[in-house]
Amino acid sequence: MLSKFCFLFCNFVLYLCVKNKVMQEYSINILQPEMNQTLSENTVKTNLLGLSPETLLKWYDEMLLIRRFEEKCAQLYGMGKIGGFCHLYNGQEAIATGSVGAINPEDYVITAYRDHGLAISKGLEPRRILAELLGKSTGSTKGKGGSMHLFSREKNFLGGHAIVGGHIPLAAGAAFASKYLNDKRVCLCFMGDGATNIGEFHEALNLAALWKLPVIYIIENNKYGMGTAVDRASAVDELHLKAAAYNMRNQVIEEGHNVLKVYQYVKAAVDHARKTCEPSLLEVQTFRYRGHSMSDPIHGHYRTKEEVEEQKKLDPITVMMEILLDANLASGDYFDSAEERIKAIVDECVAFTENSPEPPLDELYTDIYAD
Amino acid sequence: MPVVSYREALNQAMDEEMARDERVFLMGEEVAQYNGAYKVSQGLLAKYGPKRIIDTPIAEAGFSGIGIGSAMVGLRPIVEFMSWNFSLIAFDQIVNNAAKMLSMSGGNFNVPIVFRGPGGAAHNLAATHSQALESLYAHFPGLKVVMPSNPRDAKGLLKTAIRDNNPVIFIESEVMYGEKGEIPEGEYTIPFGAGEIVQEGKDVTIVSWSKVLQHVATKAANRLAEENISVELIDPRTIKPMDWEMIFNSVKKTNRLVIVEEGWPFAGVGAQISHEVSSHCFDYLDAPIERVTQEDVPLPYAHNLEVASLPNIQKVIRAVRKVMYLD
Repeated sequence: MLSKFCFLFCNFVLYLCVKNKVMQEYSINILQPEMNQTLSENTVKTNLLGLSPETLLKWYDEMLLIRRFEEKCAQLYGMGKIGGFCHLYNGQEAIATGSVGAINPEDYVITAYRDHGLAISKGLEPRRILAELLGKSTGSTKGKGGSMHLFSREKNFLGGHAIVGGHIPLAAGAAFASKYLNDKRVCLCFMGDGATNIGEFHEALNLAALWKLPVIYIIENNKYGMGTAVDRASAVDELHLKAAAYNMRNQVIEEGHNVLKVYQYVKAAVDHARKTCEPSLLEVQTFRYRGHSMSDPIHGHYRTKEEVEEQKKLDPITVMMEILLDANLASGDYFDSAEERIKAIVDECVAFTENSPEPPLDELYTDIYAD
Repeated sequence: MPVVSYREALNQAMDEEMARDERVFLMGEEVAQYNGAYKVSQGLLAKYGPKRIIDTPIAEAGFSGIGIGSAMVGLRPIVEFMSWNFSLIAFDQIVNNAAKMLSMSGGNFNVPIVFRGPGGAAHNLAATHSQALESLYAHFPGLKVVMPSNPRDAKGLLKTAIRDNNPVIFIESEVMYGEKGEIPEGEYTIPFGAGEIVQEGKDVTIVSWSKVLQHVATKAANRLAEENISVELIDPRTIKPMDWEMIFNSVKKTNRLVIVEEGWPFAGVGAQISHEVSSHCFDYLDAPIERVTQEDVPLPYAHNLEVASLPNIQKVIRAVRKVMYLD
């Protein structure tokens, strides 16, 4: 009995040692933001990371546009005008805006099926995104892709991918091309928490680290893969630590509702990738306000109404509003006028879309093979 | 004309295209330092260096996806599968990303990539390592499927594949790598969708491709010639696009068709050929179309069972005699 106890005790001590060692080694491996600031909320609020007022106001507007755009999508979906699966970004706006704010137009962005927000951030025209959702010929992919498959070569937006995890190797491929061509571009690859359990994630991370590819993997951890909580799907609950298996730098961003925090960490990873070609894995903690897709309930049995309401207290747009107010960069009037401007943009999207024709039938046979 | 092996012909195609276009690179398991599991990439690492001849870990989904992603933004990868059997690990990448990208992106991104390696049965490799997968890949719009049966076609078609702006499934044959044949001097390519009448004949048309064309159908045709049965032998060379006109014209002449393929019968390439010929040449057919395929079983290991399962000369002769009402 005693020997069994000793055995268990020794194992427990060994476990703690190993765990500490893992945590130490890979905590050292986190990203060190190169801007010389601490990362407390107050510092972010007062320092604004050297970003210009124009940039900060633009980011506020962009997040508000994404929110109002998605609300319009929900409405149009409810009216039966948008078909298929439609995954909304409400609550996660700071990730798209802060991340894309940290890269250049020639850099690549690729994501999964919850792609409207990132497409807007990367510069796709909202009206063409909405037209795509309604299956119109003026859509960003001519009505061929729908909500889950937005693309733009011009904007270096590589999709919009609907098989969970399938796009993760593609991101490494875009980064591979950057390194091969030595054009100094980086690739931001977004995925949900659920994607970290599929094989393509692990194969791609290993290859990206092995070959030193300038890709920044960003997990948008909204805590549920559809209706399955992270701890019911992943043996590792700190998802960023999965990068440790591949000797890849990693970092968790707990305040995924704060666009400046997201920007700061993504910028550090981007700078590092541009300088060294080394990849990173960031885990951004966030929350989606809507159901997994428009076909799903907002709460369901997997989370409570109270949890959703609690999370909404850390709303990315409200947080940004407070930052702008604290810094005296905007007043109540500004926010009122922003609402009006954004509403006008969304209304114009709807008008454009409704006035657009369906794709002509001969489009059925185009774009199957390239010349 | 120079005589080279099938393996050397493929090597020459990659070498010439890599010299011609810096965006072309090769990656796969053991392609670089090991010089290729079947030595198809022999000498290329020494010539082009590790930037362009790249050994991968055993991660078909990962490196196929990297190839596709790099092709979306300007490179022209050749991805070698040590065996097409392993491509099934990368099936999601090939089917959902490579094949559909151009359509799904509304023409924004094409994927100029070649997936190549040996397919079909060799000897005693059993069920997982002996699959003829051409019908599987030919099923998907957006892919082209190429199956050369000799060194001349292997070189000319691979060069065309590398220059094609679409994903190309290029299926070689493990047991043909050492087989030799004449190739033209200097630069040449062979277009997709252009079959070859390997042998003209008047009594019956046989359509076959890759290894079974050489090892089974041709030999059967020679035996049948001894019985004064004249076989017109067609090698479509590319499964998709298929040279329908060549097949239709031949059937209109011979009025009889036998299809010989290594794949399984259900939903095989031969089933599609049979349908198209029935549809376009119905009034010309003097007998129901016959197919010789692998038996509808996973390929067993034991030699006698393997032989019994695969197409062979006797099975082809029987099928030809049947469409000629000789039995």
